[in-house]
Amino acid sequence: MTGTFVGMPAFPTAAREALGDTQLRTNLAHATRTIRDKRAMVVAEVEDWEELRVAGAAVKEAALRDLATHLETLEESLVRAGATVHWAGDAAEACAIVASITHAHGVDEVVKVKSMATAEIGLNEALEAEGIAAWETDLAELIVQLGDDLPSHILVPAIHRNRAEIREIFLRRMGDVGRPAPADLTDEPAVLAGAAREHLREKFLRAKVAISGANFAVADTGTLVVVESEGNGRMCLTLPEVLISVVGIEKVVATWSDLDPMMRLLPRSSTGERMNPYTSTWSGVTPGDGPQEVHVVLLDNGRTRALADDVGRQALRCIRCSACLNVCPVYERVGGHAYGSVYPGPIGAILNPLLRGVSDEQSASLPYASSLCGACFEVCPVRIDIPSVLVDQRAAVVDSHRDDRVPKAEALAMRATAWAFSDSRRLAWAERASGLAGRVLTRFSRTTLPGGRAAAGRLPGPAAGWTGARDLPAPPEESFRAWWDRTDGGTKGDGS
Amino acid sequence: MSARDEILGRVRAALADVSPAVSVPTPPRAPDRGDLVALFVERVEDYRAVVTRCSAEEVLAVVTGVLDGLPGGARAVVPPDLGLDLPGAVVDAQFTAAELDGFDAVVTRAAVGIAETGTIVLDHQPDQGRRAISLVPDLHVCLVDASQVVADVPDAIELLDPARPLTWISGPSATSDIELDRVEGVHGPRTLHVVLIS
Repeated sequence: MTGTFVGMPAFPTAAREALGDTQLRTNLAHATRTIRDKRAMVVAEVEDWEELRVAGAAVKEAALRDLATHLETLEESLVRAGATVHWAGDAAEACAIVASITHAHGVDEVVKVKSMATAEIGLNEALEAEGIAAWETDLAELIVQLGDDLPSHILVPAIHRNRAEIREIFLRRMGDVGRPAPADLTDEPAVLAGAAREHLREKFLRAKVAISGANFAVADTGTLVVVESEGNGRMCLTLPEVLISVVGIEKVVATWSDLDPMMRLLPRSSTGERMNPYTSTWSGVTPGDGPQEVHVVLLDNGRTRALADDVGRQALRCIRCSACLNVCPVYERVGGHAYGSVYPGPIGAILNPLLRGVSDEQSASLPYASSLCGACFEVCPVRIDIPSVLVDQRAAVVDSHRDDRVPKAEALAMRATAWAFSDSRRLAWAERASGLAGRVLTRFSRTTLPGGRAAAGRLPGPAAGWTGARDLPAPPEESFRAWWDRTDGGTKGDGS
Repeated sequence: MSARDEILGRVRAALADVSPAVSVPTPPRAPDRGDLVALFVERVEDYRAVVTRCSAEEVLAVVTGVLDGLPGGARAVVPPDLGLDLPGAVVDAQFTAAELDGFDAVVTRAAVGIAETGTIVLDHQPDQGRRAISLVPDLHVCLVDASQVVADVPDAIELLDPARPLTWISGPSATSDIELDRVEGVHGPRTLHVVLIS
């Protein structure tokens, strides 16, 4: 039903395509500007925001560094509260667990709360293959699902769609899967939201099984937390008889009071509100209130791989607020699809390679999808130093190619550089050659940089990869060492 | 080996050389904001919820007035221990979701109000009822006593019992999913009317 990211091209190819879509760029520029302004306003209200970030980072870091203990505590607390705990090593195991619970209740449909973990494991597609329809109930997820589209933002997966496009999708598709949109549907956001309310209500009222994720899982009390806006979450968490929550193992916080910095950091960073409209917390089963059968699937799917990475481990602190997407100059221009994952933007550029490794070309391209400007680190509510992890992941990509039979052009250039730099005569020779190239370029180049310096616009052969997106400044005609020799460190002649 | 043991094994292996000691600083508290109840009212109204302030003696008249104000008069469901004798209101009898959909309004009490964020927390005690009743009807009238209002999130977390299901409510149901423009009224109650009793 929903599209898939499998087989997406590497970032540079996908980004080039996205950049050509002017509608997409307009939609994204409008949406990211709106949310950036809102966030800045409510963050400015909190006088000790930086201290709050430090506390939030510490809460998550402490939980991660003793994760095995906290996971065991969480399991005990959940079981004590009446929940059934399952463990899933990878996506296939998690999907099989959910499908088997659903089958056991003899139903062919489930309602879903927006959940990144279930998007990551491709749960909807897996359930569809098992004959179970999974209805997304978050408005943006519904737009993506009905449009047979891919999510492009963590918080607002349909951020790439504008109101006119959404109206068209609702009119065309709602009738195929349930209550149709009213024929006189306008593109007013309130009217579109109203159509989603009517369309989904019948599904909420009849659903027997619901599937959610969790924003936080509190180890000492066995409490799961879902943060949302529309009430679709409350519907799914409250009305059905059976609730299955798929929770990444990194969602654990140690204690109930640890929720304090998190619940102050997340809404302001995410939707730019003092508090999101609805937050639900529950600990297992409450007799007479809500689902009487509660399952929790604890999911690894690469998280332990990231946990073992000393630099990258901090990425597991992520609380999926998407503030880093909204400030990223790269994300704002190319959108989420180019990252080829449910986790786009700066956090996706580190999380995907950390979870999956860099052996495939697509994952290996992501650490380079950044200008390293650092805006993401500044807004991150749990202080993930994304630029440092990006650089470290670039090193991992280079390391993964060290034993290649045919080395990359970059590796050859580095080897040649090492050879030239290790001997002063070779270096002098290289500098003379570079100076000659500089003179030729200055004379014949048609490209100049701001300030008037000549540059090579586009080089042939292996260097095309470098100059395809940048101008190469013409090398200086005289090297520093040659200048020093000629002027004795600036003391001879006029020193220039 | 079970998936559980494998995952826990991988976690331990990943952290073999990592010290678990991290000092977690106490999160900072917001500065004193003065009149908490006034701040609470202002922040709740900011979400485009309706707030009426009244005395304990006036509550019945205020709530009756709100319900009568709905076109055709409202069919209201109430929790077992609302502590307010509302004429015509039906006490929740474990109605199904479809039955609850037949009600126009719900009237409940609350557990805590948070001034800084304009949030009401329900812990679903008998004066608030099960989670479903305050969710399905389109109008939620919520009675908050001024003494229940605390300054900020950490104060609320201290007071709340995690063993109970909790619903934190900040304004009516809303979404920003269309062009990140906030509109009120999706799946939860489209109108939140807070009656602040002092």
